[in-house]
Amino acid sequence: MGEILTLAANNLLSPIVLCFALGVSAALARSDLSVPEAAAKALSIYLLFAIGFKGGVSVAAHGVDLTLGLSLVAGVILSALLPLIAFALLRALSGLDRLNAAAVAGHYGSISIVTFVAATSVLESSGIAAEGYMVAVAAAMEAPAILSALWLISRGESGRMDASLWREILLNGSIVLLVGAFFIGMITGEEGLAEISSFVVAPFKGVLCLFLLDMGLVAGRGLAKGGKLLGAGSIAFGVLMPPIGAAFGLLAGLVLGLSLGGTVLLMTLSASASYIAVPAAMRVALPEANPSIYLTLSLGVTFPFNLVLGIPLYLAVASFVFGA
Amino acid sequence: MQTHKAKRVEITIEKIMQSRLSDALMKADVHGFTILPVYGGSGRSGLWDRTGQVGRAEGMVQFICIVREERLDALLTAAFKVVEKHIGVVNITDCEVLRAERF
Repeated sequence: MGEILTLAANNLLSPIVLCFALGVSAALARSDLSVPEAAAKALSIYLLFAIGFKGGVSVAAHGVDLTLGLSLVAGVILSALLPLIAFALLRALSGLDRLNAAAVAGHYGSISIVTFVAATSVLESSGIAAEGYMVAVAAAMEAPAILSALWLISRGESGRMDASLWREILLNGSIVLLVGAFFIGMITGEEGLAEISSFVVAPFKGVLCLFLLDMGLVAGRGLAKGGKLLGAGSIAFGVLMPPIGAAFGLLAGLVLGLSLGGTVLLMTLSASASYIAVPAAMRVALPEANPSIYLTLSLGVTFPFNLVLGIPLYLAVASFVFGA
Repeated sequence: MQTHKAKRVEITIEKIMQSRLSDALMKADVHGFTILPVYGGSGRSGLWDRTGQVGRAEGMVQFICIVREERLDALLTAAFKVVEKHIGVVNITDCEVLRAERF
């Protein structure tokens, strides 16, 4: 318990979390502080490229093994399974109707790549290595949750998904960049990394701080605007579901034989909720669902929870289980 | 100067539906339209603006189409199939244009 508190305290006082807190506070105080749209986009492109590239380099250094394939399969299964649990929990805790509950549930099977990036940063700070291919697992976990959410609401009724929506989900810019950078890193290896390390390694945390400042502003504005829509049950769900997802991630990590770092990342992925890919898919496939509910829950409740308390909690629990 | 009567259709719709509405209009043989970004506004969900939106799910765009009156129904039928269930506004106003052959 003491270790968890120490980790949480260290995490709370890290520049990443403090930048996020600054953003949330500024938004709630109605400051005019803002990160220009194009700059925020550039920061996210940088982070996706850097994290994908470094993951690819790590795979090039350690080689491809069967665990990579199994981890991808596990990621897909987790992504498809977690919305079913989220749906049941949400229906039990809140008064949300089936449609909105299914839309929210879809977000909790998919992933938040920023939470993943923050977790890799915490692992790096703690000197804990992780499997580089977890980046590919993150990409694989984006879409299956959407199908589960649509299944929950339609139960065999077709017509919610069309070819262009499939293309948008599977080829959305974040996925293409993440997976593309992963393969570039895998092809060019350590030599490639040495050529651009001054760009993708050294400034990484500083860029992440600025990006999280922007995310804090967005989350704060979302909370200020959409918070009234959420009842106590929904907020409880937003805090309870991440540890439940993380528990499934921990189990999968142990079954797969992942390292401590890899298991923490799989726990973080399972605990995180999407606020980019899934909301876009839900607006097309389930336009009747209220976007203020699922965006506020995933971005305003679960994302801050994971960033501030969740990641150190998952690291501490995994460390305990691994005996590290 | 000689002017010609036409119909101006403004469709304010979620950004995520932009390509679908463009495709539907093109299929309906409406090849002339302009798409503008919407900075912000207020509707049933209250005030919103573009600042700090994190994903493609949020945000609105506005289509402006100017057509001859006899083509209005085809345009609205095509657009309605796309916008029916989504957040947005469709409005039609009378307007005049200088070069009728372009519409």
